[in-house]
Amino acid sequence: MNEMSKKPRMPDEVGVPDPFQYMHPTSIDNYGTWDWHERLKPGVLHHVSKSGADLYTVRAGTQRQMDIFTIRKLCDIGDEFADGFIRFTTRSNIEYMVSDLAKVQPLVEALTEAGFPVGGTGASVSMISHTQGWLHCDIPGTDASGIVKGLMDDLYEDFTNELMPNRVRITTSCCQINCGGQGDIAINVQYIKPPKINHDLVGNVCERPAVVARCPVAAIRPAMVNGKPSLEIDEKKCVCCGACYPPCPPMQINSAESTKIAIWVGGKHSNARSKPTFHKLAVANLPNNPPHWPEVREVVRKILDAYKSDAKHWERVGEWIERIGWARFFEMTELAFTKHHIDTWTGSRKTMNASAHVHF
Amino acid sequence: MKDANEDKVNPQHETPMLDQLEGGKWPSFVTGIKRLRDTKGAQYAPMMNDLLGQLNHSYEERLGFWKGGTLSVFGYGGGIIPRFSEVAGDYPASKEFHTLRVMPPAGFHYTTDILRKLCDVWEEHGSGLIAFHGQSGDIMFQGCTSAQAQPAFDAFNELGFDLGGAGPALRTAMSCVGHARCEQSCFDGVKAHRGIINRLLDEMHRPAMPYKFKFKFSGCGNDCVNAIHRADFAVIGTWRDDIVIKQDMVKEHIKKVGRKYMIDTVVSMCPTRAISLNDDDTMEIDNKSCVRCMHCINVMTKALSPGKDRGASIMIGGKRSLKVGDLMGTMIIPFMKLDTDEDFEKLEDFAEEVMEFFADNALEHERIGETIDRIGVPAFLEALDIPADPNMVNHPTTSSYVRMDDFEQEADKYFERKARESGMVVAADS
Repeated sequence: MNEMSKKPRMPDEVGVPDPFQYMHPTSIDNYGTWDWHERLKPGVLHHVSKSGADLYTVRAGTQRQMDIFTIRKLCDIGDEFADGFIRFTTRSNIEYMVSDLAKVQPLVEALTEAGFPVGGTGASVSMISHTQGWLHCDIPGTDASGIVKGLMDDLYEDFTNELMPNRVRITTSCCQINCGGQGDIAINVQYIKPPKINHDLVGNVCERPAVVARCPVAAIRPAMVNGKPSLEIDEKKCVCCGACYPPCPPMQINSAESTKIAIWVGGKHSNARSKPTFHKLAVANLPNNPPHWPEVREVVRKILDAYKSDAKHWERVGEWIERIGWARFFEMTELAFTKHHIDTWTGSRKTMNASAHVHF
Repeated sequence: MKDANEDKVNPQHETPMLDQLEGGKWPSFVTGIKRLRDTKGAQYAPMMNDLLGQLNHSYEERLGFWKGGTLSVFGYGGGIIPRFSEVAGDYPASKEFHTLRVMPPAGFHYTTDILRKLCDVWEEHGSGLIAFHGQSGDIMFQGCTSAQAQPAFDAFNELGFDLGGAGPALRTAMSCVGHARCEQSCFDGVKAHRGIINRLLDEMHRPAMPYKFKFKFSGCGNDCVNAIHRADFAVIGTWRDDIVIKQDMVKEHIKKVGRKYMIDTVVSMCPTRAISLNDDDTMEIDNKSCVRCMHCINVMTKALSPGKDRGASIMIGGKRSLKVGDLMGTMIIPFMKLDTDEDFEKLEDFAEEVMEFFADNALEHERIGETIDRIGVPAFLEALDIPADPNMVNHPTTSSYVRMDDFEQEADKYFERKARESGMVVAADS
């Protein structure tokens, strides 16, 4: 240890590790020469290469935030029931690749037995892509892992079956920066009050011009408060986005009362059929109510049930709403349509209906 | 080396809020953290006890209690997310709870062996809590003291892993499973991902950009890594020639699902009405109208596959809400052939040019999508010497309030380029 502190070790800037050293041999042998695939059942994929080689994938859900004992358990399963090769999906599902069909069923059983739900493929609700929340973030309005845990408990059967019209991608974000991204259903923090400023700290903690520049609606200006250099907010202009809070922590945007949850629908990353879309507001001002967030879970269930009962096969949530119209969406989900659903941001006129097309 | 706060070990905190997240069928992160807390003699056990205490406190107060700071390891200016507790008086063992962002292998492939080794490092130096993966794609080793950041990094580095990006810098990239398993993958994602990031690595490890810059690589338009929404530079696989049809498999598909279902879910759902079903249950695709959306190929995985003249589209400027609102990437390079080493070198060169443009022209805390918004797409194209292409727009401008005095010269350039593309000799070249 002493020797180390005297002479620092020179880092080896290796960059992105070469995945071939960790890749299943069948993947290496058939790299770029796959022919077709099928889903044998929820959570199980079968890929066939032009050489005729088979590769089976078993996908299971994880809690993403994993302790080393959970990871070692997943490795034990990989060694005992699979070929020792693992990958993770974008949505933190774990995937085991095996070249022998006979290994699939015992692997599925071992994962299920150990509490890792097998599924997340095809027309299922996959794992929620989420952020860090109270566990680790410096600006969170809520806890991602907690909402996700509760929701995935509710959606367990939707993960382990493929009974939705098409795949459903749910996301959560703990502030309005929206690190969780776009989703068929997105559960995001929405602030409803301007930040509360601790004027004693601003002068020493914040680079004031940078904070002024950060505001998307130019609502922040420098000011002397109680003889100290600080910042003030034009509260009528403020859109309560929280953008000033990360560069200036004394501008606290979060509070137990004014940090709320909004739910958005119809975001889509894929280019399949329709072009990618952003999610749109469904409902705001749901309470940030740990540890179960029941009000959020209730709305998500309602939206999913309406989608499941009414969408055509292969329609994503946004495409379904596009077909039935927003009037019918709000009717079916029993959510209110308000003036706050009408966009006022840059380019907002393009989101208005400039036609005589009306849904009744 | 012993941390001062290790001397004060709190008794086990009550965590009534978190305890309620242990029921239900989905794996519980709380149960996992408790396993770490309850590991007798483990160096991280007191830290995880206090972490649970602070997290439960957050659940009760509905507020977060971490603040940032600065921390780095030898030779690097970023890659570690420092977290200091604001309530360290009550939870001293987790007063420092930093995250190491570590770049995953392209495509997120691991063996159980390397995962165990990564766990062993984090058992010795960190909290024992790891997230696979963060939203940018990093393996997030969550929770270590300031003193342990360097030895933890050294140990990961010995295993062949390197830090990812943080702050105003090139960020960790993400690629889909691609060629390793997927027949829809139109370019070698591993080669593109490693080629670009490893060439520009200096911009990741020594942050000196106006703001963050992200690359993402998806093998086809299904965009499994969400590149168009989330990446400043999205590489999306595509092809130029015809969709490959196996007519016998088309017939088999129809036999299985029925003609009506096939029409409803394939023919009627083609966004450009490019598909028709013949009376003998074979199918026809008008490939000139096809936009490579992937839908029919997704539905009929045995019968249809992408064409053989493959490469990628490049879209630039995707980002999340801060500060002008969410932006998607804009189509900038409709097709780049990605086959030979030279092709990939061209891609890397282009990536480097775009990064240079960003470094030179973006304002502080401005993403490249916002820069392009500010200056307009035509100025961006001119700066990078990219010819305008109809695939870049939904439709031509509807506004006449544009100065067009050099329209003829621009039109000449367009016709020259078209002539060159069709193999004709152009006067200006000879």
